[in-house]
Amino acid sequence: MSDSQSSPGGLSAEVSKTPVLEMRGVTKSFPGVRALQNVTLTVYDGEIHALMGENGAGKSTLMKILAGAYSADAGTILIDGEPVKISNPLDARNLGVSIIYQELTLATNLTVTENIFLGNELRSRSVMLDKDEMHRESVSVLKRVGAGFSPTDRVGRLSIAEQQLVEIARALRHDSKVLIMDEPTAALSDAETERLFKIIRKLRDDGLAIIYISHRMAEVYELADRVSVLRDGEYIGTLGRSEISAAEIIRMMVGRSLSEFYKHERTRSAGETILEVRNVTDGGKIHASSFTVRGGEIVGLSGLVGAGRTELARLVFGADRRAGGEIFVEGKVVHISNPNDAIAAGIGYLPENRKEQGLFLEMSAHDNIGINVLAENASVGVIRRKNIRRIVADAIRELAIRVSSSAALAIGLSGGNQQKLLVARWLTIKPKVLLLDEPTRGVDVGAKSEIYRIMGKLASEGVGVLFISSELPEIVGMCDRVLVMREGRIVHELGGDTGENISQENIMAFATGVREATL
Amino acid sequence: MSESKNTEAVKPSVVPAEGAKRNRRAWQALSQSLGMFPVFLLICALFAILQPRFLSGPNLMNIVRQGSVNIVLATGMTFVILTAGIDLSVGAILGSTAVISLAVSVLPGLGWAAVPLALLGGLAMGLINGALVAFVGLTPFIVTLGAFTYLRGTAYLLAHGTTIINNDLSFAWIGNNDLFGIPWLVIIALIVLLLSWFILRRTVLGTHIYAVGGNAQAARLTGIKVPFILLFVYAVSGLLSGLGGVMSASRLYSANGILGTGYELDAIAAVILGGTSLFGGVGTVVGSLIGALIIATLNDGLTLMNVSYFWQLVVRGVVIIVAVTIDHFRNRATIRA
Repeated sequence: MSDSQSSPGGLSAEVSKTPVLEMRGVTKSFPGVRALQNVTLTVYDGEIHALMGENGAGKSTLMKILAGAYSADAGTILIDGEPVKISNPLDARNLGVSIIYQELTLATNLTVTENIFLGNELRSRSVMLDKDEMHRESVSVLKRVGAGFSPTDRVGRLSIAEQQLVEIARALRHDSKVLIMDEPTAALSDAETERLFKIIRKLRDDGLAIIYISHRMAEVYELADRVSVLRDGEYIGTLGRSEISAAEIIRMMVGRSLSEFYKHERTRSAGETILEVRNVTDGGKIHASSFTVRGGEIVGLSGLVGAGRTELARLVFGADRRAGGEIFVEGKVVHISNPNDAIAAGIGYLPENRKEQGLFLEMSAHDNIGINVLAENASVGVIRRKNIRRIVADAIRELAIRVSSSAALAIGLSGGNQQKLLVARWLTIKPKVLLLDEPTRGVDVGAKSEIYRIMGKLASEGVGVLFISSELPEIVGMCDRVLVMREGRIVHELGGDTGENISQENIMAFATGVREATL
Repeated sequence: MSESKNTEAVKPSVVPAEGAKRNRRAWQALSQSLGMFPVFLLICALFAILQPRFLSGPNLMNIVRQGSVNIVLATGMTFVILTAGIDLSVGAILGSTAVISLAVSVLPGLGWAAVPLALLGGLAMGLINGALVAFVGLTPFIVTLGAFTYLRGTAYLLAHGTTIINNDLSFAWIGNNDLFGIPWLVIIALIVLLLSWFILRRTVLGTHIYAVGGNAQAARLTGIKVPFILLFVYAVSGLLSGLGGVMSASRLYSANGILGTGYELDAIAAVILGGTSLFGGVGTVVGSLIGALIIATLNDGLTLMNVSYFWQLVVRGVVIIVAVTIDHFRNRATIRA
C-alpha cells in the first residue's frame, strides 16, 4: 500500500505507517441477511484497536472472516500491505492472525504445555514428542504473559483468567502479529481484568496489534488507542485516542445521544411498601438481611460480584431454601418455599443467566412468553389458545420484540430479544414485585435502553422493582434507592430518605469496604 | 430503535443466487416438518417393487396391527424422552402385566378384573420408576435398568416359570376382533396416539413437559413443579406398557415371563427415528408413529421376501442408523441456513 493513499474512516494521524492489517470493502451475506456491507478496518501494529457495535452489528462476522472461520463474499484483506487470501483458520494462523473467542477452546484435561502446542506439537525425530523443547518454549512464552502457573498444570484446574493466558500464550507461540480478543473480560473479576489489561498493554508495547471487542464502555475508554464502530453491518467510523468518549461511541453505535440513554418515566412519589424482607438468611453465605421495596420504586441491589446479590434474590423468590426470616407482600406475611409460591404472591424473578436459567431455547417465542399464565388460561387443563395468543401478541407489541412470528424459536433470536422474551414472560403475571438480576447483561445498547424504558413504565404503574446490576452507571442512572451488599450482608443504603447521594464512588466505597458499614 | 435488522424481505438488492437459496430453504423447512415420512414412503415403494403382495390391503392392515403394540410403547417412551429421560423397563412391564392379566383371567369370578389390574399394575410400576427419578433424584437410565431386570424376574415368578394359557379369554376381542374392518389393536393404538398428541400439544401439562425437557432449571424458576412432571411421564410410560401387555396377551390367549423381551429397544428406536431428541424438549408423537411404522414395515416386508430373521436384524439396525444419519445432516443444514 502506498503512503499517499488516505486511510479510511477519516483517520489522518498515522498515514505514514503501513497498517499491519487492512480490510477493505468486506461484504458478507447469509441467506436472507446482509451481515456486512462494504466494511473497512485498518489496524496498525502496536495499537489496541477496540471494535464496538451492538449485538448483530457484524463484529463477530468480521472477525470470523479475519480468522478464516467464514469467507467473505467480496472485499480484500491486506497484511503488511500485501493482499492475502484467508480461507481457513490455518491460513489465518500462518499469516499471524490469532483469535481468542469468548468461549475458550482449551482441552481442560491436558496440561498447559500440551494445550499451547495442541495440533502443532514439536517432534524430536519423526514421531517422538520433543517434550523438553516444548516445556522450555512454554516457560518462556508464559513468562511473557506474566503467568503465575506452571506449564505442567492441568488446564482444568486453572481459573478462567489463567486459562485465557494459556490462549494468549498459544497465540504468541505462533508469532501472531494480530491478536483478536472477543469480550475477554466477560467472565473475569475486577482484579483479573486489571491484570489482563496490563498484559494486553505489554503486548501492545511489544508491537502486537490487538483487536479488542467489548461491550463495556469503561474498558474501552481505559484501554483502547483507537475505536472503530460498526452498526447494522456497516462501518460507521474510527475515533482516535483523544476523540474517544462514551457519548460519542454510543451515538455512533445507536445513532442517538447518551442523555436519552437512561431516560425512563419517573414516579413522582413512591407508594406503600409492597415487599418487605425481614432477616432472610440461607444459614450460610447470606447473613440475616432486611430491606423493603415500595410500589413504584426502582431499588438497586449493588455490590461486587460474589457479594451475595443473586443469592439473596433467589432466597426471596424461593429458588433456594431459606434457613430463616420472613417475607411480606403488601403487609401480609407470605410463605414462600418454592418459586411457585413466590409467583402466586405476585413476585417475579428474571434470572441472571438467561440461557441456562430462563429460556426454553428450542421452544417458540409464544411458549416462552406464555408459560407462566397457561394455568389461568386453561379449562380442565386444556389451554385456551386464543387467550394465550392475545397475551403473547400484546407482549410482543408492547416490548417491541423483533420476531418473524410468535412461532419463531427462542434459539434464533438475538440476546436482546431473548431477554425481552423473559421480561415479557414476567409481565404476563402482572407482578407486584419484580426481581431483575442483571437484565441488561450481554444485550445490545438498543435493547438496554428499551429494558430501562420498560422498568420505568412498570414502576410508574406501581410495581416495585429490585434491580441487580454490576454496571454502576445503570444503577446510578436508574435507581431511586440503592442497597449495597458486601460479603453476604446489606451494608449500606443510599438515596431515598438517607439523603446520601447515589454515585458510583459512594457505592464502590461501601461495596469494597473502604467505608464502613452503617447497617 | 426503528431500523429493523430483518429487512431482507423488503430490500430489492438481492444477489442472483438468493432465489435459489430461498428455494433451498423452503425445501429444507418442508423436509424438516415431514421428518422421516419420506423415508417411510421410500421403504414402502421398495417393498412394493420387490414383492407385489406387499401392497395388498390385508398386508398393509397387518403391518399396522403388528406395529400397534410398538406404537403404544413408543408413544409412552416419547413422553419420557421429551424430558431427556429414558425408560428401559417398558418390555419388562409389558411382560409382567401380560402375565398379570392372564393370571387374573383364569381366577373364577375375577375375569372382569384382568384388564384393569394389568393397567393398574403397569401404572404402579411406572410410578415407582418416576418416584425414584423425580423425588430421589436417581438417573433414569439406572432406575429403569433396575426395573428392566427386577420386573423381568417378576414376570417369570408370576407365571411360575411357565406359560399361562386361557383359551376362553374374556378380553380376547381386543387382540382378535375388528370394528368396521379395523382391528381393535389398531384403533386402540390410534386413540392412544391422538390422546397423547392432544395432551402434549394442547394442554398445560404438555407444554410443561416440553419445558422441563428443554430446560429443567428454567422450568423450576417459572414455577413448574418439575418432580410432578417427571413422575407423570414415567407413569404414562408404565400405564401404556401395561396396555401393551393387555394387547399382547389378548392376541396370544397366553403370556409367559419372556414376553416383551427387547421391546424397549424397538420403542426407543421408533422414537429416535421419529426425530425426538434424546436431550429432551424436542419431538412429537406423530414422529414416533412414523418411526414405529418404519420398523413394522421392515419386519413385514422382509418376512414376505423370506429374508432370514438374522438378516432382518442386520437390515433393521442398518436402516435405523442410516435414517438417523440423514436426519442428523438435514438438521445441521437447517440450523446453518
